[in-house]
Amino acid sequence: MRNTKVVTLEEAIRRSGLKDGMTVSFHHHFRGGDKVVNLVVGKLAEMGFKDLHLAASSLSDVHTPLIGHIRNGVITKISTSGLRGDLANEISHGLLKEPVVFRSHGGRGSAIASGELHIDVAFLGASSCDELGNASGCPRSENAKSICGSLGYALPDARYADHVVVITDDLVAYPNVPKSISACDVESVVVVDSVGDSSKISSGAIRDSKNPRDILLAKQAAKVIINSGYFKDGFSIQTGTGGASLAAVKYIRESMLEKGIKASFALGGITAHMVKLHQEGLIGRLIDVQSFDKVAAESIATDQLHQEVSAVEYASADHVGSAVHALDIVILSALEVDVDFNVNVLVGSDGIIRGAIGGHPDTAEDSALSIIVCPLLRGRIPCVVPKVTTLITPGKSVDVVVTEYGIAVNPGRPEIAQRLVEAGLKVVDINDLAAKARSIIGEPDTLPFGDRVVGIVMDRHGKVLDEIHNILD
Amino acid sequence: MMFVPGNNPGMMADAHIYGPDSIMLDLEDSVTMAEKDAARLLVHNALKSIDYGDTEMVVRINPLNTPYGKKDVEAVVKAGVDVIRMPKTETADEVRELEAEIIKVETELGCVGRTLIMAAIESALGVVNAFEIASASKRMMGIALGAEDYSANLKTQRTPGGAELLLARETIVVAARAAGIACFDTVYSNLDDMETFRKEVELIKTLGFDGKSIINPRQIEVVNEVFAPSQKDIDKALRIIAAIKEAQAKGSGVIAVNGKMVDRPVVIRAERTVALAIASGILDKEEVL
Amino acid sequence: MEIKNAVAGTLESGDILVQIAPGEGLQVDLQSSVSAQFGRQIKAVITETLEGLGIADAYVKATDKGALDCTIRARVTAAAVRATGKDVWKD
Repeated sequence: MRNTKVVTLEEAIRRSGLKDGMTVSFHHHFRGGDKVVNLVVGKLAEMGFKDLHLAASSLSDVHTPLIGHIRNGVITKISTSGLRGDLANEISHGLLKEPVVFRSHGGRGSAIASGELHIDVAFLGASSCDELGNASGCPRSENAKSICGSLGYALPDARYADHVVVITDDLVAYPNVPKSISACDVESVVVVDSVGDSSKISSGAIRDSKNPRDILLAKQAAKVIINSGYFKDGFSIQTGTGGASLAAVKYIRESMLEKGIKASFALGGITAHMVKLHQEGLIGRLIDVQSFDKVAAESIATDQLHQEVSAVEYASADHVGSAVHALDIVILSALEVDVDFNVNVLVGSDGIIRGAIGGHPDTAEDSALSIIVCPLLRGRIPCVVPKVTTLITPGKSVDVVVTEYGIAVNPGRPEIAQRLVEAGLKVVDINDLAAKARSIIGEPDTLPFGDRVVGIVMDRHGKVLDEIHNILD
Repeated sequence: MMFVPGNNPGMMADAHIYGPDSIMLDLEDSVTMAEKDAARLLVHNALKSIDYGDTEMVVRINPLNTPYGKKDVEAVVKAGVDVIRMPKTETADEVRELEAEIIKVETELGCVGRTLIMAAIESALGVVNAFEIASASKRMMGIALGAEDYSANLKTQRTPGGAELLLARETIVVAARAAGIACFDTVYSNLDDMETFRKEVELIKTLGFDGKSIINPRQIEVVNEVFAPSQKDIDKALRIIAAIKEAQAKGSGVIAVNGKMVDRPVVIRAERTVALAIASGILDKEEVL
Repeated sequence: MEIKNAVAGTLESGDILVQIAPGEGLQVDLQSSVSAQFGRQIKAVITETLEGLGIADAYVKATDKGALDCTIRARVTAAAVRATGKDVWKD
C-alpha cells in the first residue's frame, strides 16, 4: 500500500510547517456557501497561530467569523479581490492595522506567479479528490455534495504555494481524472463533512430578470454590441452576472440567430445562458475560470469544448497567452463611473467596502470593446458621478457606459460613438449624465473619511492604483 | 399610455425612462381609501419636481361624487398636470362638471385653459353617450375605454378575442373621430401572455385607435412594433411631406409626387405615418422637421 | 397646533416611512440607507416641510429607503395632515 496523504486538518497544518507570520491562501469557488475559510482559520486559531496573512481569491458575507480572528491577532493581514458584509464594514471602520491589499483576478494570478504574493500554505477546497491529491470541482461519485465546476482561481495557488492542502467532502478512488489540481502539487488531503453549502454555491436554473430597468439596460447593451463594429462571425465575449448583463445575452442571441453570426468563445465566469448558446452551436467554446451556476458546473464536467482556465491563463497582464488578450467584447457592471470613465466596483457610495474587483480591470483593459452597464441611479445613490470614490478600472480601459438615460462613449473611441449614432442610439455626453443624476437627487455631502489607510488597490501590473481610507461614523 | 400606481414613489420616479408617450399616474383604483390623501400628495409633489421630459402627464382622479375627486383636481391642476383623466364617465354633464372644477383652480392660479380632459368610458351608458362626452368641452383631448368595468356592466367577462368589447371599441373610435379627438384602448393585464397582447394591439390598431393603455414597461415594445409603420410607408410619407414643403415654398396650392397630384386624405395619412414613426422611435423628430 | 400620533409612507425602495408624535420643538430621528451623503438634506427637507405647515413642535421618526426630496415632502405632509386633521386642500 502506497503512502497516503490523507490526514486530519490538524495533522496537515502541522506537516505544512506553517509558522506565525506566514501566508495562507484560499479560493472562493464555493462563494456564499464556503465553509473552508472559517473551518481552517478556526483550527489555526485553536492551534495558537498568530499574525497570519490571509490571501484569498475573494471573501464574502459568509466570512464574518474572521472578525473575531482579526481581533485575537490570528489574522493581521488580508489580500483579496473583494470584501462584503460585516467583515467589510468592520475593516472599512479600521478593524485591521495593516491595509487590505486588493487585486484583480488577473493581478492576483500574476502576483502569485511572480512571487510578489508568496503563499506558504494553500488550503484549497475541492468537490472531489483522491487519496494522492488529484482534485476537481466536478462530482465524481454518488456522494458528491458541494459542486463548483471550475477551480480556476485555485490553480495559481496549487502551482506556486510552498505547501498545498486539499480539503474535500468527497474522497474518491484513485485516479480522480480529469483533474484540476494535480497530485504532484499536493502535500496533504483532508476529508471533512462539508466544504460548502451547495444551495449557496450556485443557483439552479436560468432566472430571467423581470425588472423592467434591467431589461431596458440589457436591450440597450445588446444594441451597443450589435452596432459596435465588433459583432461579426467569430467574435468573442464575456459578461458579468448582473441581471442586465445576463439579459443582454438573450437579446444578443436573437440577433446572432437572425444574422447567422456565431461566437468563437465565451470567457470568464460561465453562466447557464452561455452554456445554452454553446449547446445551440452559437458559441464554439467556453473558457471557464469560474462556473457561476449548476448548469455551468454540469457542463464543464461533461463537455470537452467547455474548458477550465487558471486565473493566470484567464486574465494575467504579463502572459501573452492569457485569454483576455483575445477577447473582443466584455459587458461589465459598476458601482460608480465618473466623468473620466473611471470605474469603481469595490467601495460603496457610503465609503464602505461592499464589492469585489474580480476581472473588471483585466477584461476592460485587454478587450477590444468594454461596455459598462449601470443604472444612472440606484434609489438615491448616483452611479454616474464627478469622481469615483475609489479607482478600480482606469477610464482609458472603458469604452462605453450604458444607462437608462442614454449611452456615453469614451471620447477616445469616436468611431464607436459614430457607429452608435448612425444606428439611432441615444448617445450622450457623460458629463450630462452626471449632471442629470445631480438634478434628480441633489448634491451629496462629502464622505467622512479618516486618515488611516484600510485598503490598497493594486492595478493588474502590480502598481498601487488607489488607497481606501477608513470611514468615520 | 402607461399606468403607474399613484402611491408608489419608486415607480413614479423613473416611469419615463421606458419611453411611453404618456404616463397616467393613478389616484383611483390602484390606491386604497386609506391612502387617497397620501397618494394625492405624492402625485402633486412628483409632478412639480420630477423632470418627465416630453412625456405627456395624465392623472386619473377619483370620481367627483366621492370625497376625493375635487381635492384630486385641485392637487393636480396646481402641480401643472397636462391631462386629467376622469374615470367612469357616463354623460356630457359630468365632463362639464369636471371642467367647472378645473376652471375654479385655474382661475385661482391665473392659467385658465391649461388643463386638458380625457374621459374614460367604462359602462354601457357611457358608450351610448360616447359622442356627447367626446364633444362636451373644447378641453376634451381624448376618450378611452375601461374594459373591466364595462364588461362587468354588460354582465359578461373579458375574453382573449375581445368579442364583448367590439361595439364599445368601434363606438369610441367613431365618436372620437366625429369629435376630432384621440381615442385610447383599455389595458391588458396578463403580462406573461405577450402573444394575446400583441393580437389585441393589432386588432385595436385596425379598428382605428390612436394608442393602447399599458400596465408595465415590458408592454411598450409590442405596442411600438405594432403601431410602427413599415419603412416603405415611411419613405412614401416623407416624399409626400417633402412635396408639400416644396409646394409651399413655391407658393403653389398643388402638391405633386412623381408627377401625380396628391389628394388631401393622402396628405393626412402621410402626416399620421410620420407622427407614428416618430412616436415609435423609428424617425427622429428633429430630422423630419 | 395639537398633534396626534400619525404615520405616512412605506418601507419600499424609493419611499420613506414618516411617524409623527407630539414633542417639544422639532426633533427629527432619521434612519437612512443614504445617511452619509444625504442625511443632512433629508432632515432639512423634513424640518422645512413641517415649518411650512406651521408645525413647530413634533417628534418625527423617519425611516428612509432612498426617497427623493419630492417624496419626502409628500410623506411628511401626509403624516402632518393626519396628525393635525388639517388638510392642505380646500373643502
